[in-house]
Amino acid sequence: MSNGLIKRAALLGALGLALLAAPSVAEYGDVVLNKVSEKNGVRPVVFPHWFHRVRFRCKVCHSELAFKMRAGANVVTMADITNGKFCGMCHNNQIAWGADKCDLCHSGKPGLKSGIYGGHQTSGPGRW
Amino acid sequence: MASTLAGLPLLILLLVSVIASAQVSQAARKWLPLAADGIHDPKNPSLRLLQEPAESLSRLPADTAGNQVHWLQALEGGAINPRTNILPGTQVMVIDLDIYLNMKGGTPIVRFPHRAHTLWLDCSNCHQHLFVSKAGANKLSMNAMLNGEQCGVCHGAVAFPLTECNRCHNTPRNKPLPAGALRGL
Ligand code: HEC
Ligand code: HEC
Ligand code: HEC
Ligand code: HEC
Ligand code: HEC
Ligand code: HEC
Repeated sequence: MSNGLIKRAALLGALGLALLAAPSVAEYGDVVLNKVSEKNGVRPVVFPHWFHRVRFRCKVCHSELAFKMRAGANVVTMADITNGKFCGMCHNNQIAWGADKCDLCHSGKPGLKSGIYGGHQTSGPGRW
Repeated sequence: MASTLAGLPLLILLLVSVIASAQVSQAARKWLPLAADGIHDPKNPSLRLLQEPAESLSRLPADTAGNQVHWLQALEGGAINPRTNILPGTQVMVIDLDIYLNMKGGTPIVRFPHRAHTLWLDCSNCHQHLFVSKAGANKLSMNAMLNGEQCGVCHGAVAFPLTECNRCHNTPRNKPLPAGALRGL
């Protein structure tokens, strides 16, 4: 390999880094749910995948509990949760702490849109 | 010809990402504190009650992308033992079945491991809406994946990202495949 080629490859590498490793915001796989929260005067909800996948396999939420695998595709309300659906399947003071701990779920920055955060995510028609 | 040309930028990307990931692996792993991650409200008095990613993830096997955790090694090595079900009646299924994809392309062949996937996922997470369960029945495309479809539903969102080309393009084209290997398109 010639010197020039190595330099060019390094340049491309740097470019690739800039393009691919976009400035990291949030942890990889963090989901913001804000379809109804802010409209009703509470902070958006942040759902951390990394935290939950240490404890549960994907199939628990995405098969047993039927969470659709598309950020924003699930219409979740607080009434559902207190009735034991969605997050409330576990956040019921049995499997995990209960729905009274508002600020642990409603922890997002005001103004955030629903969706997946944390960089690397792909974008395009499949998303919308 | 047109499709060869379309593959060219992707091939360059493959090269680039190999170089990039070599660079990343040199650096120590770092995770943003929640208060500075851009999505948590630093004014939330309960923020300090949440676990910092660094506290949990730094103890798990290292990777260079995504959560910087090699989730499969974490699971198979026993570093984590996530629950497979919470309802008592659920049938939990793991199958060991490799399918070789991308048989006609220029980049290395893609060995799709059912075992690695079904340890985490249920069949219904892929079959039949993302992939028909028949080797060779699905027309896959790297572009669709980059748009968050097919393999890109998870890879690029929660499972290791699409920048890790060689984790999927993992099988050299110039060696014979195991006898009886199942082949896709
Ligand atoms: C286990 C997590 C969790 C906890 C704990 C929780 N919420 Fe929610 N809450 C959600 C989710 C998820 C939504 C739907 C998010 C969205 O799309 O905007 C929601 C929605 C809401 C909404 C929007 C309107 C509605 O009725 O759905 C309000 C208001 C709300 N929560 C208030 C509260 C209050 C007050 C508490 C504490 C008593 C609380 N929440 C605790 C997860 C939680
Ligand atoms: C504790 C429950 C839970 C577990 C475990 C879980 N998820 Fe999710 N997942 C969710 C929720 C909640 C959402 C957001 C849904 C919404 O916004 O409507 C989501 C969204 C997603 C999405 C959509 C992202 C997008 O870009 O639209 C994907 C893909 C996904 N999960 C994959 C996985 C994979 C892969 C695993 C296992 C490694 C996993 N999930 C484990 C609850 C879970
Ligand atoms: C399959 C069960 C399950 C589901 C479904 C689930 N969680 Fe959890 N969650 C847990 C468990 C278990 C914990 C840890 C509880 C503990 O440490 O006592 C937890 C903890 C959390 C935490 C705190 C993380 C930390 O840093 O300590 C947040 C925030 C959270 N869940 C949000 C949600 C939201 C929002 C949803 C719904 C979109 C949800 N969870 C659905 C089981 C679940
Ligand atoms: C999640 C797994 C996965 C990852 C990661 C991945 N690919 Fe692919 N790729 C595939 C599959 C499956 C196909 C087969 C699609 C088809 O049949 O055309 C494919 C096809 C391709 C093709 C077209 C066929 C060929 O070989 O010429 C190119 C080019 C390609 N990938 C390049 C890349 C590059 C570059 C990267 C990294 C930036 C990458 N891929 C990352 C799974 C992946
Ligand atoms: C992550 C996605 C995913 C999951 C989860 C998954 N599969 Fe598959 N499956 C695939 C893909 C991709 C193919 C190959 C399709 C092709 O070649 O076009 C396939 C092919 C198959 C085939 C065809 C084999 C043949 O001989 O033709 C069977 C059977 C199958 N899967 C069964 C299952 C079962 C049973 C489960 C659950 C235990 C499962 N799959 C889970 C993605 C998945
Ligand atoms: C429904 C979600 C989902 C889909 C769709 C999916 N994967 Fe995966 N894949 C995962 C998860 C979860 C893992 C575990 C590792 C991780 O989380 O980073 C994984 C791991 C892998 C591995 C790593 C195996 C190893 O030994 O390191 C390969 C290779 C792979 N996937 C290829 C593919 C290909 C090719 C496709 C499309 C045909 C695909 N995946 C579709 C979720 C998915």
